[in-house]
Amino acid sequence: MSETKWNVTLLIYRQKGSQSPHYDTFKLEVDPDEYVLDAVERVWAFHDRSLTFAHACHHSTCGACGMRVNDMEKLTCIVPIRDVTADGGTLKIEPLRNFPVISDLAVNMASLYAHMEQVGHRAVLPLSEEPSEPGVRPVAKAAEDDYIRLADCIECGLCISACPISAASAPYLGPAVLAGAQQHGLDGNSDLLALVDCAEGMWRCHQAFECTEVCPSNVEPGLKIMQLRQAAMRQRIKHLFGSKK
Amino acid sequence: MSKPHVIIIGAGFTGVATAHDLALRGFDVTVVERGPFVNGTSGRTHGLLHSGGRYCVNDQESAIECIDENIILRKIVPQVIEPNGGLFVALDESDLAYAERFAKGCEECHIPYEKLSGEQALKLEPNLNPAVKLAYSIPDGTFDPLRLALAFAATAKSNGAKFHLYTEVTGLLLDGKGNVTGVKVWKRATGEKEEMHADVVVNATGAWAGQITEMAGANVPVKPTPGVMVAYDQRLVNRAINRLCKPSDGDIIVPQRRLAVVGTTSFDAEDVNYIPVFKDQVQLMLERGAELVPAIRRAKQRGAFMASRPLVGSGTSGRSIARTFKCFDHKESDNVDCFVTITGGKATTLRMMAEKTADVVCHKLGISTECVTKETPLLSYREFYALPN
Repeated sequence: MSETKWNVTLLIYRQKGSQSPHYDTFKLEVDPDEYVLDAVERVWAFHDRSLTFAHACHHSTCGACGMRVNDMEKLTCIVPIRDVTADGGTLKIEPLRNFPVISDLAVNMASLYAHMEQVGHRAVLPLSEEPSEPGVRPVAKAAEDDYIRLADCIECGLCISACPISAASAPYLGPAVLAGAQQHGLDGNSDLLALVDCAEGMWRCHQAFECTEVCPSNVEPGLKIMQLRQAAMRQRIKHLFGSKK
Repeated sequence: MSKPHVIIIGAGFTGVATAHDLALRGFDVTVVERGPFVNGTSGRTHGLLHSGGRYCVNDQESAIECIDENIILRKIVPQVIEPNGGLFVALDESDLAYAERFAKGCEECHIPYEKLSGEQALKLEPNLNPAVKLAYSIPDGTFDPLRLALAFAATAKSNGAKFHLYTEVTGLLLDGKGNVTGVKVWKRATGEKEEMHADVVVNATGAWAGQITEMAGANVPVKPTPGVMVAYDQRLVNRAINRLCKPSDGDIIVPQRRLAVVGTTSFDAEDVNYIPVFKDQVQLMLERGAELVPAIRRAKQRGAFMASRPLVGSGTSGRSIARTFKCFDHKESDNVDCFVTITGGKATTLRMMAEKTADVVCHKLGISTECVTKETPLLSYREFYALPN
């Protein structure tokens, strides 16, 4: 690790109440190995206590600190400054798109959480269903027993911010929610099928795959939406042949 | 008669758990928090659901609290917990010398344990250091910090509690005699200032507790004690892996989702608003972590962060302070009425800390209602957002 210091300019989106938005500039000396969130938190701690932003775990398990950094959706607690700018460079920090702004960098993600609840995304699940590394079989505790792990999706909202359809159509469920439905499974769940197999559900996706591009947590929402379509088609065909399930 | 109104300062673990307890006991509850949920110490935890094993030799009061609460949390909030257990592993002679005391401590603190040979431990966790000589299996677990807090907040909200985030307390409202009657707040999202009145104000600000009590001319012996944690991008183990030794730097690896987190260090700090991540401590975590699980060296660092434990005590420092908690009725300690501070403790004991705090609030107001949080399953954490405001 280096002891290098960089001078960077943070250009931060600001919005309070009904006032019109603007950008504030803060010049900071940073260690390039620090994370973007560390710099944002230092602006709050030492320059401006009115700066409003969301964060909690600082290690990518909670999904609270999503922001747009130089026009890309990032989970700011795990993005080293050296990956997104250079010495003397700028970090433009803006709130996620397609969510209402509470203030500055904090957005209201209530709709995402409510939809994830609606589609029954499981927050914890057996490790055998969501292995840690693709293709790696987990060591089971005992033959009939499995480890339980927290799901990959951390509900950070980056995919919804990056999705061109979410930008164009507010009622669209969005990548995380459709991926959540896929994780829950459509089998024998006609309510869930009705929710996702509709105009503002999985058929609205135009396969831009921006969601998969920005996902910090290996969910691959784009792929999951395609798998959800296949599952829905299977259900439709079953119905055609008289299955009531 | 209208319900008594309690304002809780802080939406960390203690604040949300106290809101849940008081709302269940029929109080009118308002939580004010200067940032989002768990933005201070609570969010920045490695997420270990303690079995108590870490404290069963040196701090048995904390160890017993941990195992009792561990069992309760598994029941009331399984939605945020990886209940996969943990190992205490001996790698050298000095660890082996600690083994007997550890087993005795577990028995004294009623922590269930199983003794495993090195071979058995490696079978369970193939990435362990192959030099492992002996291990004890204990019921550790992992939790998601934000979602743990949200589950308590959701249930509190369903019982009528109100949450004001991005709302910073700038002062306390006092009557002419120095007693607390409410809080002055600054709404960071809009810039507005407001006053809120209450029958009792609960200070649940953890490492920041001293800054709030100062506003009323009261004191608490809180010692902010930060430590570093480093996350790596591979899970590597399925159980929490502890070094079988006295609590020390880098003595634990906690798996979580697709990650593994190594913690931690322990030093004293004064201003806890921003604690830098010290690179030498990050390096130490890698070295100590690699002793337990050598494959850590092949993983990539994914995050590094600092959190300030709010230890209660004075005179001693860091590791030797007990990890138990304390609730202060400032009428007794400073002759300031209607003001209670809860601090210290651990994430694992949040429910118990809330129970004791709610007991103190009830006692102050002459109300006798039973705590029922042990038996009350929490709502889905997402209900906090799905419920109307």
